Amino acid sequence: MEPVMAIAVGCLYAAAIYMMLRRSIVKLVIGLMLLSNAANLLIFTSAGMTRGAPPLIPEGAMQPDGLIADPLPQALILTAIVIAFGVLAFAVVLIHRAYNIIHTDNLDQMKDTDT
Amino acid sequence: MSSEVALPIIIPLLTGTLTLLAWRSNMMQRVLSLLGSIALLVASFQLLASVNTSGHVVMYMGGWAAPYGITLVADMLSAIMVVLTGMMAVAIAIFSLSSTSTSHERFGYYPLMHLLLAGVAGSFLTGDIFNLYVWFEVMLVASFALLILGGERAQMEGAVKYVTLNLLSSAIFLSAVGLLYGLVGTLNMADIAHKLSQTEHTGLVDVLAVMFMVAFGIKAAAFPLFFWLPASYHTGPVAVSALFAGLLTKVGVYALFRVFTLIFNQSPEFTHELLLWVAALTMVTGVLGAAAQFEFRRILSFHIVSQIGYMILGLALFTPLAIIGGVFYIMHHIIVKTNLFLISGIAHRLLGTYDLKKLGGLYKSRPYLSVMFLIPALSLAGLPPLSGFFAKFIVIRAGIEAEAWVVTGVALLVGLLTLYSMIKIWAEAFWKAVPEGTDASQLNQPMTPSLAALYVPVILLAACTLFIGLNGQPIYQMAEFSAQQLMNPAGYIEAVLGVKP
Repeated sequence: MEPVMAIAVGCLYAAAIYMMLRRSIVKLVIGLMLLSNAANLLIFTSAGMTRGAPPLIPEGAMQPDGLIADPLPQALILTAIVIAFGVLAFAVVLIHRAYNIIHTDNLDQMKDTDT
Repeated sequence: MSSEVALPIIIPLLTGTLTLLAWRSNMMQRVLSLLGSIALLVASFQLLASVNTSGHVVMYMGGWAAPYGITLVADMLSAIMVVLTGMMAVAIAIFSLSSTSTSHERFGYYPLMHLLLAGVAGSFLTGDIFNLYVWFEVMLVASFALLILGGERAQMEGAVKYVTLNLLSSAIFLSAVGLLYGLVGTLNMADIAHKLSQTEHTGLVDVLAVMFMVAFGIKAAAFPLFFWLPASYHTGPVAVSALFAGLLTKVGVYALFRVFTLIFNQSPEFTHELLLWVAALTMVTGVLGAAAQFEFRRILSFHIVSQIGYMILGLALFTPLAIIGGVFYIMHHIIVKTNLFLISGIAHRLLGTYDLKKLGGLYKSRPYLSVMFLIPALSLAGLPPLSGFFAKFIVIRAGIEAEAWVVTGVALLVGLLTLYSMIKIWAEAFWKAVPEGTDASQLNQPMTPSLAALYVPVILLAACTLFIGLNGQPIYQMAEFSAQQLMNPAGYIEAVLGVKP
């Protein structure tokens, strides 16, 4: 399973970077979405995948019997998803406002503050 | 249980909430914001005193002992940074009373400002690497919203770059945290350091080190990742620019200091050598960028970049004296840079522009303001007896002792070019007569309470600069203490985990 996930993560990163390098700000934000998803999948994969062993402790026992899946990466991903959702909501509103004010979605025409 | 380490985070969060509740009353929000900032300053001094006596102050959130729960840790560096956060909070809160327009206040300026402060203080005090990511995001979201208050075209253009590059940095940081967790199976920074020092040093560790370097390098605006900073910092309201200039990039620098002294200290011949080149190039590009500018705040923005180079230089040389220099430099820089931005705000109030070509006549009409500008400006360039002289002196002396000739030479040259930029501002904005076409009707306005609220923080911060310059010994001792702790990560690990590594 790990090699498949690794390839998927790599493809997501590549797609995200490609989208971010486009001129349109809409594609830029799509790139950012893909990037945060790639990072989440990376955490999921790199922490190791265990199949069919939920991290549950049997009733009465103090510790689980046998190997269980690590629940912490899922907690991390959950937090990261929530944060990414909030930030992306902001980014979407930002590009909407930017489009209303600048009247273009072309990043090349947003260079007034660069030099 | 030492609760003083949590107070600098709780107070701004609480202040932010209270100002939200007082949404309808601008007056109420101002009072709450000022009181909250003063409370933050008091709490941060309390933390400093307690760190000074006991070395490390550790608090396990929810009573879950490390490495299982989230730990808040304050060592000397964290405490110093939190005290500076408190000082900037008070200065900006006073300045905002007069500089912030009512419409900004109505759109949640004060809640956002305190949320930002909570994020900054949280980043300084957390002992957990994923929690550091969370505080970074708290800080970022608040800074996004603050930056676009007002919604002008330049702000939108600046914000698009600021948001994109900071989100990219967060994604790299998050990926690095994920890979690091896969490697060592823990998120507590002390525990990570402990486990990494016991496992074999592989190439993957160096890869992770570089990923953290890139992520924090973007936040700290280090070469070649700094382009978002001069494109965005000068677009926001001036109090916001000053707050960002003082604190936000320094959070990145703090994270670099923390991670590259505690966690990735096994192969300094690779990581710190890389940082050394980053430092040299950051200094040069920042100062050359500033030399080409003719806008008050943009010159200052580029100088943030070049000054970041000095701090990273202190870390990269990785000798006790160099770390002292780096910490001393951070202390000096936050005060001076915020002050210069505030002064640019006063110039804007008096003459209605930030463009150096249109500014002028400030020395003739406002001689005291000019002295207040000279103190931080000359301190930034490193003239004795101001704070910047001692900061540069320690870093450069450490460079000579480490025989890093090229970088030391660059640091000296950059100091000279900094002086050039400051003289440029002096000659254009202060010395020359008011140019034609500039509306100078506000220039000789009498001292009103509104103008006095702009002057008070400038005078306070200039006094701090003078104090550090004339009475550097206690500040040096604080920097020395923090350098001792940073160069000896075993003490940090023992304080958090309770085991001797």
